Amino acid sequence: MQNQRRMEVAVGAFMLLGVLALVFMALKVSGLAWETSNKTFQVEAYFGDIGGLKERSKVTLAGVTVGRVARIELDQQWFEARVLLELDESLQGKLSKDTAAAIQTAGLLGDNYISLTPGIEEATLAAGDTLRDTQSALILEDLINQFITRSTQD
Amino acid sequence: MLDWLARLGRPVIHLLAALGRSVIFLFQSLAGWPRSYKAVQLWMRQVYSVGVLSLIIILVSGLFIGMVLALQGYTILVDFGAEQALGQMVALSLTRELAPVVAALLFAGRAGSALTAEIGLMKATEQLSSMEMIGVDPLKRIVAPRLLAGFFALPLLSIIFTMIGIGGGWLVGVDWLGVDAGAFWSNMQASVDFQADVLNGFIKSLVFAWVVTWIAVFQGYDLVPTSEGISRATTKTVVYSSLAVLGLDFILTALMFSNL
Repeated sequence: MQNQRRMEVAVGAFMLLGVLALVFMALKVSGLAWETSNKTFQVEAYFGDIGGLKERSKVTLAGVTVGRVARIELDQQWFEARVLLELDESLQGKLSKDTAAAIQTAGLLGDNYISLTPGIEEATLAAGDTLRDTQSALILEDLINQFITRSTQD
Repeated sequence: MLDWLARLGRPVIHLLAALGRSVIFLFQSLAGWPRSYKAVQLWMRQVYSVGVLSLIIILVSGLFIGMVLALQGYTILVDFGAEQALGQMVALSLTRELAPVVAALLFAGRAGSALTAEIGLMKATEQLSSMEMIGVDPLKRIVAPRLLAGFFALPLLSIIFTMIGIGGGWLVGVDWLGVDAGAFWSNMQASVDFQADVLNGFIKSLVFAWVVTWIAVFQGYDLVPTSEGISRATTKTVVYSSLAVLGLDFILTALMFSNL
């Protein structure tokens, strides 16, 4: 009977250790946060070339992450990329309507992300608005190509 | 010519028969397992012997594998000035591949062989048939608790392995080699996704748990009841389950991570 009791305690401790490990993996290793359903609002932007931008890429303002790319699709009429941005709800009514969006690269070979630059207009962005002032991704190969063709022309 | 064909076909038929027997065996032992306190007690005793007693080997090897990963990764990453990415490297390789696979291999060696030998000896000493004589179904009394305990224990062991391995990586990387602790954790959190990495690794170890335990228990139940038969079945358990784990790992990785 004593033996049975010790075994039960050991098995219980084993299970507890397993659950603890799972919690550790969730919180400390994968950085799973509880408030994943943060309130957001969506705006859209059209780009001529999104380069390596992916869904869930980050959107920054002054280098601070303020949102994510929610969806990327092809605009069938103008053959441009239509990018839906999910921005933090606290920014609603604060960003001016002529906010510019540019696709940039983190470091030389890093991931693409969207960087916002606030404008000067009085009117502010609301959900569903379109960002007019956009700048496509800088593609390194294109730059090199241009450089080579220009230097061979001389 | 016909003789030769027959020689070629016999192993195939044997293999198919064994495969069929093992599937029937699995269903017969798991179908209608009683949900009584006694049954839970039997199961718990097996969780103790395959899970809790395997904990030491899992903890020690997890710690050392994490430490080695960090040391090897550091010497390569530091050439590119990217030693901040150490945490990400250790965590990703552990959660995606190393922890499920190595834990399953260790489990096959530590617990699987023991299961085979135990059931095999019971069969050789005719304990199983005497159980049947007194009206106790050995599939329910002996086999089912062991199967269920194995299915349960290995995923837990594998996730504990990951945690300890990351701890070992932290010990070497941050404590000894001086990688910045903040960068170690934040790079890890930025790159490890709970669903894509942690959960998929967990699913892998669930699959391995089924396969390893199934092979081990079936080999024990199906062996030739002699001392030589037991030794051959034990060897087969370790060999088959290691091969199955490594082969399945490739398939699962191709399914889970090929589009990342």
